[in-house]
Amino acid sequence: MSTSETTVESLVGGEYKYGFVTDIDTEVIPKGLSEDVVRLISAKKGEPAWMTEWRLDAYRRWLKMEEPHHWGNLSYPPVDYQDIIYYAAPKNVKPLASLDEVDPELIKTYEKLGIPLREQKLLAGVAVDAIFDSVSVATTFKESLAKEGIIFCPISEALREHPELVRQYLGSVVPVNDNFFAALNSAVFSDGSFVYIPKGVRCPMELSTYFRINTANSGQFERTLIVADEGAYVSYLEGCTAPKRDTNQLHAAVVELVALKGATIKYSTVQNWYAGDAEGKGGIYNFVTKRGKASEDAKISWTQVETGSAITWKYPSVILQGDRSVGEFYSVAVVNGRQQADTGTKMIHVGKDTRSTIVSKGISAGQGNNSYRGLVKVLPRATNARNYTQCDSMLIGSRCGAHTFPYIENQTSTGRIEHEASTSKIGEDQIFYLKQRGLNTENAISMIVNGFCKEVFKELPMEFAVEAQKLLGVSLEGSVG
Amino acid sequence: MTTTYLKDIETVARNGGAKAPWLEALRRQGAERFAATGFPTTRDEDWRFNTLAPLTQAEFQLAPADLGGVTAADVAPFLYAIPGVRTLVFVNGRYAPALSSPGEVPAGVTVRNLAAALGAQHPALEAHLGRYAEPGKGGFTALNTAFVKDGLFVHVEKNVDAGAPIHAVFLSDGKVGNAASHPRSLIVVERGARVAVLESYVGPAGGTYFTNAVTEAVVGDNAHLEHLKIQRESELASHVGTTHIHQGRDSRVTSFAISLGAAFGRNNLDINLDGENIESQMLGLYMGRGRQELDNHTNLLHAHPNCGTREVYKGILDDRAHGIFNGKIYVTPLAQKTDAKQTNRALLLSDTARIDTKPQLEIFADDVKCTHGATVGNLDQLAGFYLQSRGIGGALGRKILVYAFAAEILEEIPYESVRQGLEALVMARLDERGEG
Amino acid sequence: MLEIKNLQAKAGEKQILNGISLTVNAGEVHAIMGPNGSGKSTLAQVLAGHPAYEVTGGEVRFEGQDLLDMEPEERAQAGVFLAFQYPVEIAGVSNAYFLRAAYNEIQKARGKEEMDPIDFLDLVEEKLKLVEWGPEIMSRAVNHGFSGGEKKRNEILQMAVLEPKLAILDETDSGLDIDALRIVANGVNKLRRPDNATIVVTHYQRLLNYIVPDHVHVLAGGRIVKSGGKELALELEAKGYEWLTEEAVTA
Repeated sequence: MSTSETTVESLVGGEYKYGFVTDIDTEVIPKGLSEDVVRLISAKKGEPAWMTEWRLDAYRRWLKMEEPHHWGNLSYPPVDYQDIIYYAAPKNVKPLASLDEVDPELIKTYEKLGIPLREQKLLAGVAVDAIFDSVSVATTFKESLAKEGIIFCPISEALREHPELVRQYLGSVVPVNDNFFAALNSAVFSDGSFVYIPKGVRCPMELSTYFRINTANSGQFERTLIVADEGAYVSYLEGCTAPKRDTNQLHAAVVELVALKGATIKYSTVQNWYAGDAEGKGGIYNFVTKRGKASEDAKISWTQVETGSAITWKYPSVILQGDRSVGEFYSVAVVNGRQQADTGTKMIHVGKDTRSTIVSKGISAGQGNNSYRGLVKVLPRATNARNYTQCDSMLIGSRCGAHTFPYIENQTSTGRIEHEASTSKIGEDQIFYLKQRGLNTENAISMIVNGFCKEVFKELPMEFAVEAQKLLGVSLEGSVG
Repeated sequence: MTTTYLKDIETVARNGGAKAPWLEALRRQGAERFAATGFPTTRDEDWRFNTLAPLTQAEFQLAPADLGGVTAADVAPFLYAIPGVRTLVFVNGRYAPALSSPGEVPAGVTVRNLAAALGAQHPALEAHLGRYAEPGKGGFTALNTAFVKDGLFVHVEKNVDAGAPIHAVFLSDGKVGNAASHPRSLIVVERGARVAVLESYVGPAGGTYFTNAVTEAVVGDNAHLEHLKIQRESELASHVGTTHIHQGRDSRVTSFAISLGAAFGRNNLDINLDGENIESQMLGLYMGRGRQELDNHTNLLHAHPNCGTREVYKGILDDRAHGIFNGKIYVTPLAQKTDAKQTNRALLLSDTARIDTKPQLEIFADDVKCTHGATVGNLDQLAGFYLQSRGIGGALGRKILVYAFAAEILEEIPYESVRQGLEALVMARLDERGEG
Repeated sequence: MLEIKNLQAKAGEKQILNGISLTVNAGEVHAIMGPNGSGKSTLAQVLAGHPAYEVTGGEVRFEGQDLLDMEPEERAQAGVFLAFQYPVEIAGVSNAYFLRAAYNEIQKARGKEEMDPIDFLDLVEEKLKLVEWGPEIMSRAVNHGFSGGEKKRNEILQMAVLEPKLAILDETDSGLDIDALRIVANGVNKLRRPDNATIVVTHYQRLLNYIVPDHVHVLAGGRIVKSGGKELALELEAKGYEWLTEEAVTA
């Protein structure tokens, strides 16, 4: 490997800044999974009986399913599901009268992560639900949102306070038996966020959930459900980090989005779970099912910046059920060290005149392996469907890999399907060109990488765009706007 | 039925073969190849969308050399008033000097019919003829090679600009039913030279003949070629046209393929980018109605780094017409920094029209940009409504939309008279739909 | 301005330049011609500091400084500009942003003040006329989706903005049609001043009908085998390179 390649690789990596452990009194249940564990989790949450049954049903289905071990372009040793702690929660998390009652250790933790939870320091315009291991520890701006009729709370609370709403939509987009990890999540999910935006309401601030795994040997199984009623609008952000540990930890989340007639849901993720060390030791297995269903004239837009996790397995998808509905997927996935990512989207065109856009940017460095896997499916009724897919890969160094697997199934005789793909290398020639114009190596690489990601970054809300550029270890200046 | 062809090949050989041994060998190679393989069938991947039987099982005999009274008036509808144009007319595959006006050419430029150039033993012929469209490339090319006799020959010397375009009109008179002709053309543009060539393949309405044309073009280093192929055969005729373009480093080629006629019309366009820093553009428009089957097969070989290609083909299909687009782009491991764009858009004017599109990208380099887009649509109702709301009636509105769809390709043709002539043809076609 | 003495360089294990000596004075235009693989482009790349080449001998002085000791960006800042044979595409970065970043890096290195975007656009407006372009080109991403001819024009635009002391044009003319060739040559001619110099590396004599050189050098086998005036280029076009390469082998 030439020296310029080494420089390029080191500039992309950067130290993982969120690898610390919070020392806090935590309640954990014994390792392992059984019907009793499922009942125990349900009981701890004080759930209604139907919910306990729903979980048990999922658990029984999961038992009959096989882990999709050879799925995608990934390889990892089998996961021992009896060696995982399925519930871990900081002690003394009770309904709080004010955010200032939150355990100071937790406040400190979130501050270190850049998420202030104290009233006076709250980020303007962003409401946060902070989830620590298996429970939500704080939710900001709840009351002011409630004035608009917006429900934004931990899903465990929603199950108690709004059981009918949850029951109507939970599992309606991702059925319990959808896949192995979705079934597992349905059985054991502990917390996550619930959002309901009433008819015609435009949510006045960004809603966000910040996920933190702290306890060793625990898994995180969060469940998010967002319902935007007719004509409503919401922009939702999620962020995730975990301490550095040398064993792998499992994160198997399910996110369901329901956009009713004319509604818009914009869902952004900056995923920065611990990725393991340079030799591939430790790191999070990120096996996530994310899907949205769009009714007539509704729009669902996924934006993701995936930089963390040892393994990412994730395909945020949209079922374009209603006529004229719109689905979007914008993604930057970065792999470095020994990371593996197999990510992409599914756009299922069911309604007429439906449109989808896919923009995927994969950056591979070190010995990382990045795969884009996408399906555009146009069902017979979906006349005049349109899809535009752009799939770009950037290779940094010569030991990494980029792979693209676009699948197109058009069952109509009309429609427009366009596909663009490129693979480029940041190599000597590119950097030399910029240096010959007077720029140094660092600025040259920063300019190339940011330019490459620009189409995705511009979809992110400002706060997240800044975080995303920090994650890439390069400046965003000049490539945005 | 290959036997008829084989008999004709024998007759041609008996009636005095070529003088030059290399040409004799080339023809023989074509004949042997055709005898061995015959025509392709739909089991061949490259022909699987086609309806081949009516063409390959019919008995086509070599078209008579006799001009049979073709007059300037028969040719006139197929000519374009390009300033300074040099026109060569071929009837049933043979040069017709009385109908041609080759005009003056600048020093360093040769424009002749192939038979004359062969007679004069032009040195470029042995060096290039049959070297690119080799007989091994398939049954139709092999058959054409067996019959190499006449066609267009253009040679432009180093650094010479040939000026106004050269137009070769290949007319089949259709007076004898089931007649076949095999025009063979060669265009050689030496290093740093420039030339524009139009080839028209035409025939009177109702003619049931078969044209099996092959053109080879060699474009030297830093040379420029503009190539327009306009296919306006009888709508009962069969047309198979194969064009092989071989490009040297730093060269530029723009190719147009316009297909309006033929019951069965197939264009094969092969471009070999044999050097660095080459740019090529391929533009195509095909318009089918009745039961026409119009096929465009393009094949790009990116064999060297830093080359760019842009390909846009558009089709308009009505009634029970069948369109086929197969665009192959092959990028070898050596061809880094390739930038290849391919677009195929088809407009279906009826529920029974059909299009088969197959982008075929085979990429073996890891620093490249390749894009392909395919669109199949019917007339956008919304756009129709838009025009209606501007006071333009439904039928007229539709006509304007279809016309606009075609115009995107025609607009790029650099000769006004050709552009206008083709635009008028498109409009006339739309008028004939009977709802305008 | 530029003094090359016995320059030798290799790429990997392959020796390409075998001792080149050449002096370029302010106000001069030198043309370097030669067959494929003669080392023309390598010479241009070595002068600009491409990391793929290793200098194995000789020296290069630019305005008295040791050019070979400088990083590529330092050479650019000192006033050496290379118009690339294959300009690189930078997706998502506008021409305006890129060019201003380059301009300001060079300003900074010369201890001058950086220019803000508004003033910079005024400066560029003038330069755009030189390549017969409107301001819209500045908002397109650098060379992204440009045709070959547009990329070459963009190189000349960059050269006009950065005002180098020594410009090296590496096969800028290859593949250009007559109009584009005229625009590029015109740009180069208008930028000629008594205090700058130009090295034109070309494969085709045609360019030299538009940019008239003071000196023509023929490279073969990594050496200058013949030097002469502008008439040498015409002789090469007529006779090819064979007679010279044979001379070089026998010499």
